[in-house]
Amino acid sequence: MHALLTASAPELLALQEAGDASAVDIARAHLDRIAATDDRVHAFLHVTADAALAAAADVDRRRAAGEPLGPLAGVPVAVKDLFATCGVPTTAGSRILEGHRPVYDATVVARLHAADAVVLGKTNMDEFAMGSSGENSAYGPSRNPWDLDRVPGGSSAGSAAAVAALQAPLAVGTDTGGSIRQPASLSGLVGVKPTYGLVSRYGMFAFASSLDQAGPFARDVAGAALALEVIAGHDPLDSTSIPQAAPDLLAGLERGVEGLRVGVVAEFLATDGLAPGVKARVEDAIQRLGKLGAELVDVSLPHAQYALPAYYVIAPSECSSNLSRYDGVRYGLRVPAETAEQMMAVTREAGFGREVKRRIMIGTYALSAGYYDAYYVSAQRVRTLVTRDFADAYRRCDVLVGPTAPETAFRLGAKTADPLSMYLNDVFSIPSSLAGAPALSLPVGADERGLPVGLQIMAPVLGEATMLRAARALEADLALDPVPSGANALEAPRP
Amino acid sequence: MSLTTDDVRHVARLARLALTDGEVEELRGELSAILAHVEQVREVATPDVPPTSHPYPLVNVLRADEPRPSLPPDEAVSTAPEAEDGRFRVPRMSHSEG
Repeated sequence: MHALLTASAPELLALQEAGDASAVDIARAHLDRIAATDDRVHAFLHVTADAALAAAADVDRRRAAGEPLGPLAGVPVAVKDLFATCGVPTTAGSRILEGHRPVYDATVVARLHAADAVVLGKTNMDEFAMGSSGENSAYGPSRNPWDLDRVPGGSSAGSAAAVAALQAPLAVGTDTGGSIRQPASLSGLVGVKPTYGLVSRYGMFAFASSLDQAGPFARDVAGAALALEVIAGHDPLDSTSIPQAAPDLLAGLERGVEGLRVGVVAEFLATDGLAPGVKARVEDAIQRLGKLGAELVDVSLPHAQYALPAYYVIAPSECSSNLSRYDGVRYGLRVPAETAEQMMAVTREAGFGREVKRRIMIGTYALSAGYYDAYYVSAQRVRTLVTRDFADAYRRCDVLVGPTAPETAFRLGAKTADPLSMYLNDVFSIPSSLAGAPALSLPVGADERGLPVGLQIMAPVLGEATMLRAARALEADLALDPVPSGANALEAPRP
Repeated sequence: MSLTTDDVRHVARLARLALTDGEVEELRGELSAILAHVEQVREVATPDVPPTSHPYPLVNVLRADEPRPSLPPDEAVSTAPEAEDGRFRVPRMSHSEG
């Protein structure tokens, strides 16, 4: 395997500083990898090869001239197609935005460019970030590089698949109820859902505005921390952006977990649907944290069981309002009809897929006259109860741990017939989403089939540094090979 | 909670979705099942618990009242399916007009 493809983001920076590789070498290696493997992985909806090579050449030129360079200089990044990219097709995985080219960049994208990262292209996703497998993309599913018959998770399916397939060392995704953490878990990656408001939502197509948050994917904790530092920080263009500077996440990364109070969430490990192979790896990882000097504390989140139903009121309600903008007037698809209202109804019917329609319908119902208090306000009260549970737990511990997802990667088609079974994938990731608190998924080994298992590490609001430090200590102790066993096989010519 | 096809058609009208008859029937079953599941929230959502609408307390976020450039009209309409003279063009609003 090409050394430039298996290198982490920090290693790629070091290689360039030492003069052992140029940004153009690195960009070309990853673009070649995409060209050689994406017919099977389908991580990308659009590859910006020319722009990537031009950006890389610019980094090399400025390095040679001794000019200052950004913190991700020459590091390739794949960007979820939910982020607006100026002049570059941005579809959100939906037919309704086919061919849409935004006239501005999302703040996350602008910050990647400002950090001199090399953007490789736009990644596949469940339509408007609604899904847990990638199968709700209007452009066909992505596949898991660990086993091409299985899903990479979702909704940030292509971002996860690209990093797992060595097509990119870093990717950015979005997480509303688990859409970074669950695909990271299923694809053997580090995936971070930051504190709500830490990363700007400007130019990130809205799904559920009180929950949506952008974050990084990487094969290593340091790479994820570096990428998060770059995209985090206050943005006056997003009124929900937390008014403070980006945190320093790398300085304390190697400090270990000695004396750290790690709460083990009892309800998560006792969940019926938790696969034995997942439970075994998660319990082993927790014991390792104890051996590394962390103090293990049993904690309870008694209202966690109500988080999933509350989420499936709040997220569809907010989505039904946010997606009203796709009406065939300002951008995207228009199906002609006699009156404006008919045009909107037939355009939306033709442009939206099944899951999006389902959620718009649930949300419209929950917000309609006579049902608003029973559903939406009740769900918001549950949100308060879940947030209080976390506050109680964090009086006794610094981070919480449990599984990221109840099972490992499942086969394509296994859950498409039953929406509720798909929703259950996010049962462990949704509670911290409702609380607006950060959480990450860290690979902690494989199940009996050799498929990756993720440990979820949760922290209080703005507790990213502690959360990443705990993840780094466990990563160093486990010393897993971050390269999927299947990624080498992807290189083999097809029969 | 069991929805009727009329319920589904009413919500579809509110959501501006011209669903097919097949979709109405499918959604009737699916939405009934999902609503039965999410109704659990009512078990614990007592009136003494205040609702949370937003996870991070920020109120009245204002910017300085200074003029600054905004998106030029020709760029703003450049992504529209139909535009005319820097404006979005749509079909007439109702049958009754002219």
